Amino acid sequence: MEKIFTRPESLRDVDTHYCAGCGHGIVHRLICELIDELGIREKTIAVCPVGCAVVAYDYWNFDCCEAAHGRALAVATGIKRTQPNRFVFTYQGDGDLAAIGTAETIHAANRGENLSVAFINNAIYGMTGGQMAPTSLLKQKTTTTPLGRNPALEGYPLKICELLAVLPAVRSLERVALDSVGGVIKTKKALKEAFINQLENKGFSLVEILSPCPVCWKKTPQGAWQWVGSEMTKTFPLGKFK
Amino acid sequence: MREKILISGNEAIAEGAIRAGCDFYAGYPITPQNELTAYMAENMPRANRVFVQAESELAAISMVMGAAASGRRAMTSSSGPGISLKQEGISYLAGARLPCLIVNIMRGGPGLGNIAPAQSDYFQATKGGGHGDYHCIVLAPSSVQEAYNLVFLGFDLADKYRTPAIILGDGMLGQMMEPITITSSASGKKQVKKPWALTGCKGKAPNIVKSFYMQEGDLEKFNKVLQKQYAQITQKEQRFEGMHLEDSEIILVAYGSTARIARSAVQSLRKKGKKAGLLRPISLWPFPVGIFEDLLKKKKKKLRFFVTEMSYGQMVEDVRLAVNGRARIDFYGRAGGGIPTEEEILERI
Repeated sequence: MEKIFTRPESLRDVDTHYCAGCGHGIVHRLICELIDELGIREKTIAVCPVGCAVVAYDYWNFDCCEAAHGRALAVATGIKRTQPNRFVFTYQGDGDLAAIGTAETIHAANRGENLSVAFINNAIYGMTGGQMAPTSLLKQKTTTTPLGRNPALEGYPLKICELLAVLPAVRSLERVALDSVGGVIKTKKALKEAFINQLENKGFSLVEILSPCPVCWKKTPQGAWQWVGSEMTKTFPLGKFK
Repeated sequence: MREKILISGNEAIAEGAIRAGCDFYAGYPITPQNELTAYMAENMPRANRVFVQAESELAAISMVMGAAASGRRAMTSSSGPGISLKQEGISYLAGARLPCLIVNIMRGGPGLGNIAPAQSDYFQATKGGGHGDYHCIVLAPSSVQEAYNLVFLGFDLADKYRTPAIILGDGMLGQMMEPITITSSASGKKQVKKPWALTGCKGKAPNIVKSFYMQEGDLEKFNKVLQKQYAQITQKEQRFEGMHLEDSEIILVAYGSTARIARSAVQSLRKKGKKAGLLRPISLWPFPVGIFEDLLKKKKKKLRFFVTEMSYGQMVEDVRLAVNGRARIDFYGRAGGGIPTEEEILERI
């Protein structure tokens, strides 16, 4: 009998520490499926974030590098510039990519570094227990915005795709959402384009993935998935920005 | 091949780095080291190497981390305020056991300070600098020729011990021009294997470069590995230059540019018939405690040390630790743009 569904070779056969309903495990798997399908596992070097996915290297079966919080794209620049024939991607959350690492994000994009970025936007700091992220929605309650995010004090949710869209060196930008099975399929398609862009030397590609965090949002897994589709997408419209 | 050229300290370090096989340089502008970055911008691409002007010192040191993790010889340079920003990355490099070379052409501090030469970053360079229990190998040149030579040694030691190494110079050394003899590559680059490097996992198990140890006991175990390495470096890599140490009753202790002034003071004292000598630490970490031990074992009644620095007393603390109360130690320092003069030193001796 033909086996038609199996664990990707790029994904280690171990349990992850992710909470029930979290988006990280799904995106990890999508990335691993793509790396297998493209046949690039042996030339892949991932740069892992600081945040919930800090130990992604324990789950991925290819070379991985740590980076300080926010510096993944600088580390990736050092790897890719010295090894242009390797496949290098960063995996970063919203605090990492859009707060402490905003400068590294904008400048790697502006230089047109030939890199692929998986940007997980869950509108909160998960690892540290639910603080306001740069992408937290207005009125969203977090441990550091107990009354809800107030734009007069905390500003507005930062829209990374819209910000980067004006930079001429950026090759592709797409925002997708883990809100349904269809959303998962679209996420894989968007990541595939970002990966192929790099393999064809087309430059900087970023996929922003709206992703559920049921524990820090204080929702059920099902409720969190619904909130991504019904609330997050109002602030962060889906689609191709470049 | 041997060739004599007139060159500034900053440019000599850059030329040395290229000849030592530096594959990757990332930097951010700051005075008084800008000539180094400009030299790399012009000459690294010519040598088919990578030059990147980073958006910040934070980014520059992280780019160095990426290049070092790739198994390449990687380097960055800056001065005080920029080196403070690099401490984040230096701690990660030490924690991930990645070799690299960091150049600090010191200027006056604290804060934005000024752009005059200083030696006020001694503590930061030799005592860790960033968070965690770690050390970088620190080498202090006192001439342009030595600055050039120590780049080769810095890269070699960094590779050998898998640790960041620092060249600690100052604005005077960076800016002044001296004739130097250029030697062709004498570096140990080719001898070093880097099986831990991230180059893709073809035909082998994947490599992970990290400094994160969450399982109970793992971080303590890792720290012990580092400490064992530091003990070995301390034992094997102490370097200094001595002048008239055998019969001296007063020994001036100074490093870098200040050692040149101290040398003149020693010569003046000798002319007057005084038994004076110079002890110039070249490795600031590990501090050359061995020579102090040797001198104190053969101690004459009158032996005393006179430490002078372009700071208000940083290296003198290591001299006090090395001497441990067994001889008198005097100190004279100036900082914030002031340079101890020969006359001032002689007056205080």
